[in-house]
Amino acid sequence: MSLFLAIIFITAFTVGNGYKVGDVAEDFKLKNIDGKMVSLSDYQDAKGFIVTFTCNTCPYAVMYEDRIIALNNKYESKGYPVIAIMPNNVKVKPGDALPEMKKRAEEKDFTFPYLIDADQSVYPKFGATKTPHMFVLQKTDKGNVVKYIGAIDNNYKDATAVTTKYVENAVDALLKGESVKETETKAIGCSIKV
Amino acid sequence: MLNCQIYKELLISFMHMKLKALFVAILLMASCGKNKEKAQAEPSQSFESKKTAEASKIELEVYDFKGFKKFLSLKDDKVHVINFWATWCAPCVKELPYFEMLNKQYAVANVEVMLVSLDFPHLYEKKLKPFIKEKKLMSKVIALDDVDMNSWIPRVDSNWSGSIPATIIYNKDRSQFYEQSFTYEELENEVKKFLN
Repeated sequence: MSLFLAIIFITAFTVGNGYKVGDVAEDFKLKNIDGKMVSLSDYQDAKGFIVTFTCNTCPYAVMYEDRIIALNNKYESKGYPVIAIMPNNVKVKPGDALPEMKKRAEEKDFTFPYLIDADQSVYPKFGATKTPHMFVLQKTDKGNVVKYIGAIDNNYKDATAVTTKYVENAVDALLKGESVKETETKAIGCSIKV
Repeated sequence: MLNCQIYKELLISFMHMKLKALFVAILLMASCGKNKEKAQAEPSQSFESKKTAEASKIELEVYDFKGFKKFLSLKDDKVHVINFWATWCAPCVKELPYFEMLNKQYAVANVEVMLVSLDFPHLYEKKLKPFIKEKKLMSKVIALDDVDMNSWIPRVDSNWSGSIPATIIYNKDRSQFYEQSFTYEELENEVKKFLN
């Protein structure tokens, strides 16, 4: 009976775990496409981060590539750089292997690090389930606090038809010292390949 | 093709000449072979467009969430299996045959499968319809096109993060949501829980 309860307990905790808004995100050390290791602590002057789990092979992620680049162009100088992490198992998705990531980053002129979660240990901590999946972190005395989880905006199909820019709204609020109004949003995405 | 004819003639006229010239002619002929391959590829392209034209005859019901939501709470005697998928989603495509098999084998038990495509609207004609035709999908396929995902995803299930494949199994008494891939056995087991 206690074993049974333990199983229920474990199941309850493995389903839907990962950071919630308000949690402190642990730092990580992941390989960038240039071969160098990148951690959040490398960014001494940052006020926070726009962390995105994305990849080459998911059509939704591809549709949002230009908007991710635009986010970095707008917010890196304001202290919120984009950190892109590719979470897929590259054996399942060879198109997401490091050389392919490098190729894509060069094609699209990524201005931000494009890191590989090679042992797939980082995305579960965040609770990322799909690509693209965004997390806005704010640097505080206790660490990098998760302030927003979800989609980039409310129109994947047409960037010009977007009426609510969730990530921008979150970062703008943080920059003004205000609290984020919409802290969690949902969007369809490609499941992370394990 | 005219060039090839000239190369052939060159080859014949060079027959009695130096070996070096013969080599050049043979090389030119080889490139003719490649042109021929290219020429052969063209009819198959028109075959492709023919296939797309045939597939476009498939009628596809497209709903926004407002129109679609009725399918999530039909109060009849059936067990409804609603699978959210897309042609671009590899794990979805992998498990489709299991839903097809379920729809066929459990029809007598009043189980009905509906495949809800989340393909991009601009690819309905080019990708989705040809896919439905090629895979000979027998379950009902509809398309859900509603960009305001943040408003409708939580209304399908409050726990859904938005990744696919995702599936709902329900009858008039209860409903269960699954954000996961299935094997046929797993799917059958879940459906059986609704039959008992």
